[in-house]
Amino acid sequence: MNQHPAHHLDGNCLAGPLAQVFALDPTTAWWTCPDCRTASPVGGLHVYGPEPGLTGRCPGCAQLALRVVTHPGHLWLQLGTGRGAFRFPLPPSPSWSPSDRTGEP
Amino acid sequence: MASLSPGFHGRGSRSLVERLPPGQYPTESFPVLSAGPTPHVPTDRWSFTVTGENGGSRSWTWDEMRALPQEQPVVDIHCVTRWSKFDTRWEGVSLDVLAAGVETSAGFVVAESFDGYTTNLPRADVTGGRAWLVHSFDGYPLSPDHGGPARLLIPHLYFWKSAKWVKGLRFTTEDEPGFWERAGYHDYGDPWREQRYWNDA
Repeated sequence: MNQHPAHHLDGNCLAGPLAQVFALDPTTAWWTCPDCRTASPVGGLHVYGPEPGLTGRCPGCAQLALRVVTHPGHLWLQLGTGRGAFRFPLPPSPSWSPSDRTGEP
Repeated sequence: MASLSPGFHGRGSRSLVERLPPGQYPTESFPVLSAGPTPHVPTDRWSFTVTGENGGSRSWTWDEMRALPQEQPVVDIHCVTRWSKFDTRWEGVSLDVLAAGVETSAGFVVAESFDGYTTNLPRADVTGGRAWLVHSFDGYPLSPDHGGPARLLIPHLYFWKSAKWVKGLRFTTEDEPGFWERAGYHDYGDPWREQRYWNDA
């Protein structure tokens, strides 16, 4: 199976939504891919989205690094390929929300 | 070849507004969004496998799948990101035909894709003539951006359930939430009940 380098966003787009749950700038955190060992700051991830959610992947092999899903009242954060996700409560009017509503899952 | 129009009953008397689920808007375009790189799967390396909960399985090559009875569903589709598209025209194989390839009494099924994507469904929702494995859209081979060479078409649920680049169905006795269902989206996803998020009724 070949993979086409489809449109992806800059990992720094994660700064806004993740700033709601991290005290430090999460885009400066480093992550090492468990598959290909590529090391990258979160800001260097290839991010797909913004809807249905932001999916951050390894810039080397596309392994799943994290996912951020923002819904009314909640932010969901999944780290790595784990099956569990963390659900954070958000204020009634989130400070960040997807503005591009043109996506198809 | 059968020509099917699921949901056609009464369509002539239903206005487009009545065919629009709550919270949706109609679009003429066909938006694309992915959760990763677009896989390009050559049809000579494509296969589709149905696996029963007891381990039995049945696979089809591309040519074998194309030799199965083909249907042409014309359906409305609804994306959880709020767009809906009316009267989309597809061609493919009913999942009834493929699901019959294994013996199963499982209550659930997981659709699995070449890129690692998964989505979960009750078995009842992939049988009964309302779900397909489709390879053509609007008379043309399905493009990779839209899930080609083949994707699921399950129009009575939000479109994230219609897995792109699908490679198989795995029947399960327990419900196994998939890629988006594990991250805040609804387990079932009925657009008419607006089941978008995990806690929607």
